[in-house]
Amino acid sequence: MRIVVAMSGGVDSSVAAALLAEQGHDVIGLSMQLYDQSGDHQFGSCCSIEDLHDARRVATAINIPHYILNLEKQFNRHVVSNFVGEYAAGRTPLPCAHCNSDLKFTELLDRAGGFGADAVATGHYARVERTAVGRYQLKRGVDASKDQSYFLFSLTQAQLAHAIFPVGDRPKDAVRAYAHQRKLPVASKPDSQEICFIPDHDYASFVTKHSPELARTGDVIDESGQVLAHHGGIHRFTIGQRKGLGLSTSPTGAPMYVLALKPEEQQVVVGPKASLERTTLTASGVNWIDGVPDAPVRAAVQIRHRHPAAAASVRVSGDGRAEVVFDAPQIAITPGQAAVFYDGDVVLGGGWIE
Amino acid sequence: MRIYFDYNATTPLVPAVADAMSASMRDVFGNASSVHHFGQQAKAAIDAARSSVAALIGADPLELVLTGSGTESDNFAIRGAAEALEPAKRRHLIASAIEHEAVLNTLKALARRGWTVTLLQVDQSGILSADQLKSAMTDDTALVSVMHANNEIGTVQPIAELSAIAHAHGALMHTDAVQSVGKIPVDVRALGVDLLSLSAHKFNGPKGVGALWVRRGVRLQPILTGGKHERGRRAGTENVAGIVGMGVAAALAAAKLTPEAERLAALRDRLEHGILRAVTGTVVNGALTPRVPNTTNISFDRVEAESLLIALDLEGVAVSTGSACSSGTLEPSHVLKAMGFPPHRTQNSLRFSLGVFSTEAEVDRVIEVLPKLVDKLRNLTKKATA
Repeated sequence: MRIVVAMSGGVDSSVAAALLAEQGHDVIGLSMQLYDQSGDHQFGSCCSIEDLHDARRVATAINIPHYILNLEKQFNRHVVSNFVGEYAAGRTPLPCAHCNSDLKFTELLDRAGGFGADAVATGHYARVERTAVGRYQLKRGVDASKDQSYFLFSLTQAQLAHAIFPVGDRPKDAVRAYAHQRKLPVASKPDSQEICFIPDHDYASFVTKHSPELARTGDVIDESGQVLAHHGGIHRFTIGQRKGLGLSTSPTGAPMYVLALKPEEQQVVVGPKASLERTTLTASGVNWIDGVPDAPVRAAVQIRHRHPAAAASVRVSGDGRAEVVFDAPQIAITPGQAAVFYDGDVVLGGGWIE
Repeated sequence: MRIYFDYNATTPLVPAVADAMSASMRDVFGNASSVHHFGQQAKAAIDAARSSVAALIGADPLELVLTGSGTESDNFAIRGAAEALEPAKRRHLIASAIEHEAVLNTLKALARRGWTVTLLQVDQSGILSADQLKSAMTDDTALVSVMHANNEIGTVQPIAELSAIAHAHGALMHTDAVQSVGKIPVDVRALGVDLLSLSAHKFNGPKGVGALWVRRGVRLQPILTGGKHERGRRAGTENVAGIVGMGVAAALAAAKLTPEAERLAALRDRLEHGILRAVTGTVVNGALTPRVPNTTNISFDRVEAESLLIALDLEGVAVSTGSACSSGTLEPSHVLKAMGFPPHRTQNSLRFSLGVFSTEAEVDRVIEVLPKLVDKLRNLTKKATA
């Protein structure tokens, strides 16, 4: 089978490519150039020029053709503008999920078809399984500490049918060991961290560079509306944030956390940890991987990447929405992040927290 | 069967060149600056090569400065002339907007240091008009740099006419002839230029060797300083084997210039007509004539050139588009952009460039595989926009 592997230059996608090639598939390595690297900009840690170079070296080592696609325009349209827009709206975006569903498994899958390939493989720690009735299931990777199914919840049946995750069924250690055994040039390369297109992790500066009008000052207020401090723009904050609030001391002496962001008023609401607790959330743009359920379902719901999924009831409401009621309160349910519904290892679906 | 139709990027060595180079690497190790036998041997090899290259362009061997690449030749011509003419207060430089990056980025660097740079746009023929140059000339113009043949679309510029205009204003005339030398007759006197760049690997010589022809009497400020190599104009111990290879390649090119040009023109026309007939929505970019005989640049409506290039490579056909950026991805062609084509046209065009090992069978194979690949890619585009 001819398979396109999305190669980032990291160890996981390199091993994915090497495994498929070893299995005898006709593997084509593609790397995506996602932002301008002409030298006027800082390079990211994922898909920087060094990473593209690494991907090319791996392709040479495992003897597969390798090409770099310029997807800057598409990345900007599907990922960066969403990222900036979400911060502007007082939400905390999840760009990797958009990149997966709107770029890797749309644009790249399309291109792969043009090259006569039947599938796109990535280095994600997740699994796709075909059920007896010919449906596709998305499951957590076997390495719980590396699982990335959270970032893939929005893949549809049509996308999953053409998705391959070769490292999803093995632990990270085994992936590294295999990379060493195959002498892949990236075998000892550190894992990439955070968001690839913002290598210095300074999200606020990135956002203001793209939308300078967002650097609007406003007030930090407590739950009663009392002004405690001023801030340089709500895009600098996320729910549950404790540092950088500009409070010399909190009025009560207890640590203060960001509870809510109000874009219209440019207000950041802060309060004690207890006020971060919520038992309900509404998710929009919900993708049910095996179809919309007729009745409320019990699920373990994960509300951010590292969150241990918590027991909840999920009820479908109109307009592609779902209402989630947790059995126990959760800390810092953050608009813009995903709420992903699991049944054991199986991803039932998920949506965007409102 | 792998088909290489990217001769404008680089060419394979012909066997006689490879043989001469390996013999030179094996047997001639001396430093050409040394007084003894070994030095003399190297010097003689370089002189012979210099004469062959000079003969290819109708020059005096002593007017040639051997360099490390076409890019270095362009840098030396432009920086060397700009700096030499600076005391005369000539701080204005002119070039066409369809020059190679070696010229454009060198001008950009000088612009940052205070020189004024005028880039002349071209129309959709891809040929610069003399009137445009006339109106851009000033009494401060130090240098006009216009390429002889364009690397992407192959059009040949009216260099002799442009030289006369430059000279009428007291400016120097440089031409980047990297894409014409070895493909069509090039005579430095007939072109009337003062400086001419060439590169060995574009005419079946090795990479890493080039030359700048400097008309006797033209003063350039050296950009590589050091020993007295190349009569003090380009320091650095000579790459003897590379220079020997360039010499043999030049002699071979000169010996069969006209018949090879005719053969390639016939092949190129067969390819061009074949593609235009077999694939709907195709059109040739730029004027059909005057054009170097080996190049055609074709726009494929509703196709991403990047994808078509990859699909062709997977079928064993190597072509190119625009110029690659630092990471190896494709950027919209600055040449097609300067010709006034809209963005979709700058991103749907492929360059096919033929050369010494190209055959009719290869041309026919490309005409056979292209329609299927284009159809497949067009159907995907339809799906994506549906």
